[in-house]
Amino acid sequence: MTSAGMDADVTVRTLRVNGVDREVTAAPDTPLVYILRNDLGLKGTRFGCGEGQCGACTVILDGRAVPSCDLPLWSAEGHEITTVEGIGSEGGLHPVQQAFIDVQAAQCGYCCDGIVMAAVALLDRVPDPTDEAIVAALERHLCRCGAHTRILRAIRAAAVAMAKSAAP
Amino acid sequence: MSRPVLPRSLAATPRLDRWVRFDDNLAVTVWSGKVEIGQGIATAIAQIAADELDVDIRRVSVVAGDTTQSPDEGYTSGSQSIESGGMAMRQACAEVRALFVAEAARRFEVSAAELRVRDGSIRVAGTDLSTSYWELAPQVDLARDASGAAQPKAAALHTVAGSSVQRRDLPAKLTGGAYVHDMSLPRMVHGRVLRPPSGGARLEALDTGTIRAMPGVVAVVLNGSFVGICAEREEQAVAALKAARAAASWRERGSLPQSTEVRDFLPAMRAERTVVGRIGDLPVAGAARRVAASYSKPYLAHASIGPSCALARTQDGHLTVWSHTQGPHHLRSQIARALALSPADVDVVHADGAGCYGHNGADDVALDAALLARACGRPVLMQWTREDELASSPYGSAMLVDISASLDGDGQVIGWAHEIWSYPHSSRPGSGEGVDLLAAWDIDPPFAPSKPKDVPLPHGGATRNAVPAYDFPAQEIACNLVRESPLRVSALRSLGAYANVFAIESFIDELAAAANEDPVAFRLKHLRDPRARAVIESAAKAAAWTQGRKGDGTRGRGIGFARYKDISAWCAVIAEVAVGAKLEVKRVIAAVDAGEAINPDALVNQVEGGIIQAISWTLKEQVLWDSTRVSARSWDSYPILRFDEVPEIEVTIVSRPDSPPLGVGECAAGPTAAALANALYDAMGVRVRDLPLTPERIARAME
Repeated sequence: MTSAGMDADVTVRTLRVNGVDREVTAAPDTPLVYILRNDLGLKGTRFGCGEGQCGACTVILDGRAVPSCDLPLWSAEGHEITTVEGIGSEGGLHPVQQAFIDVQAAQCGYCCDGIVMAAVALLDRVPDPTDEAIVAALERHLCRCGAHTRILRAIRAAAVAMAKSAAP
Repeated sequence: MSRPVLPRSLAATPRLDRWVRFDDNLAVTVWSGKVEIGQGIATAIAQIAADELDVDIRRVSVVAGDTTQSPDEGYTSGSQSIESGGMAMRQACAEVRALFVAEAARRFEVSAAELRVRDGSIRVAGTDLSTSYWELAPQVDLARDASGAAQPKAAALHTVAGSSVQRRDLPAKLTGGAYVHDMSLPRMVHGRVLRPPSGGARLEALDTGTIRAMPGVVAVVLNGSFVGICAEREEQAVAALKAARAAASWRERGSLPQSTEVRDFLPAMRAERTVVGRIGDLPVAGAARRVAASYSKPYLAHASIGPSCALARTQDGHLTVWSHTQGPHHLRSQIARALALSPADVDVVHADGAGCYGHNGADDVALDAALLARACGRPVLMQWTREDELASSPYGSAMLVDISASLDGDGQVIGWAHEIWSYPHSSRPGSGEGVDLLAAWDIDPPFAPSKPKDVPLPHGGATRNAVPAYDFPAQEIACNLVRESPLRVSALRSLGAYANVFAIESFIDELAAAANEDPVAFRLKHLRDPRARAVIESAAKAAAWTQGRKGDGTRGRGIGFARYKDISAWCAVIAEVAVGAKLEVKRVIAAVDAGEAINPDALVNQVEGGIIQAISWTLKEQVLWDSTRVSARSWDSYPILRFDEVPEIEVTIVSRPDSPPLGVGECAAGPTAAALANALYDAMGVRVRDLPLTPERIARAME
């Protein structure tokens, strides 16, 4: 063990996160969720199960919503990664985040950032999704507090708001 | 004149400066013992304080659950945060306001009645004379006890309380880090604990040397059967945990019941029978007929989306633990005992966690973190795994309920007997004489847990909501408490109310069907309480309930009702279902009377959540096991409701602004379970009395 606590096969990799190249030093099989949270300080990507089954750690990779807990660092290199911090902030919310607040589509909120990312990926691809398409986009997401109906309402509201602001 | 009665938490911490402070920057700090667990209490407390003090809510910060400064309000549980914590805050603020108004009256030589308070400034009506809380703060000594003399505002004067203020914590939670999981301290390491594979398992052997040699591992803490790992990087802690799991050998008890069916194992165990309610004499004379049925509910998991987590730091002999506990003061004393420290050398500071539905792993992981921080001398962020969360947190207790009724010639209920079998429903740390934290039982020498006991009425554990709300002239309610549960049990949202209300409201439906009466009409016939009648009538109206309409073989509707704990919110739930390959819930309509609604939208949100969680329990959930270990270890082995299974939900508030506010976090659970079972019966004529209502159980009931 070295003083930095690293093992021999640690490598330096460059990740493109929220539009910025970030250099990280870690073992290549490190799940992306830990790199984002601990090396890059992007804590909105949450640990829920580590098995890709709950969606709490969802990020957008090249336009697709994917869980980051079973995505090794080496496979994330060379891709465009977006986390919840990359879409908006408290001072400048993304329409999906704004809709979640307008609808109060949360209780504990722990599942929400992953769901927000899934919704953003969906709306970027399909600006006017059917209710079925929204539900299908949340297939891999779990919520335990029972905010589901509000979350669906918020995503529908965000689609409307985004369509309005996109109109000429 | 008799001495005014203070709200309980204010009586326990009467000093006003423990509740309210006016800060230099025209801000107000209020301290609460009731913590945010996803229910929105931090916002509701701010609303109550802003209203009572007459300051803009944006000036109010709430500091909750910090043992260095907050009042001890016990646990944030039992839907008591508004009823108890909110009312203590209201009274404290009313007292503070009265003291300042009196000081201003003295200064301006006017009567208090001539003063108006607006956003913290205190003005003599019709003049330019004014001062403010902040200007007077140096003169008004709040280091004095609440007297109970100040009268909180009349309900009609509330402007902030009663409005749907948005949750104050959501913007941060929707944009980045906001939970204890997201905290970080200099030199912090990442902790994991190798939990025993089954309850009471003892570590036989573990070669810690190979684990210690793994990359990044800072410490392997071996203490009895407690195995903890600290590593520089999180993935290194995860890898070391995996290696430790593979290397460890355990001696397990292998003593779990052969059957996982509640009615096979629970009533066969030794129980203590207590009669907890009796009216008149059973059996009643003159009964035309007697009917009976038996209902059961399995062990249920909390299954929060975020596994439990805590951050611990030791510094100059003082231990600080950041935790999503429901009871910071209790946790402090329990950790102090487990580590042989003085409570003065320990502080617990509440930090938000993922959704909390009762006594989960929050307290356990806090002791884990403390043990690791002490052993490795660095701050430790201790994170449970998904498997820990599902397999090592306490479960909601399994229950069996037998009900029998005597009917007169007209089908009216004249006698009612309700007999419960249950394990205890609360083993919260700090509520008994032992140390009730998981790691404390594994370290050497181990601490003993408290003797298992249940929550007595009026709140009740196994007996919660066992007393029917209906006006049955003769009734006997008894509980057979089995103290030793094969699986670890404690408080899960609504405790025994879920099973008791499921049983009562299913049985009422069975009686209505036997009497060939409409389920809503039959309930109303036996119910005098006007607020109970109002929620049932309100839900029926919202659902366009048509008397006598029957299900059509695939679609049906059902109702369930209860007044939570018999002393809290009234709730009626109507479910519409369709039955094909499985039971699908299409629409749920609920009506709730919770007295004064501090935040109507947040109230509705809580009830919606309660309904959806109860649908999940009722349709899908059951903790299973083999002879030795529970099998609930991932979302595969403990599935919960998914987005494509969630119905439309409409919640109506029956408004009672002049009545005391009542908690609503738990009121919908039992009514929802019964509404689903009753809707299934309405659809198909099939009565399923053992939860969950899985396709297999429905098929079996049809045979």
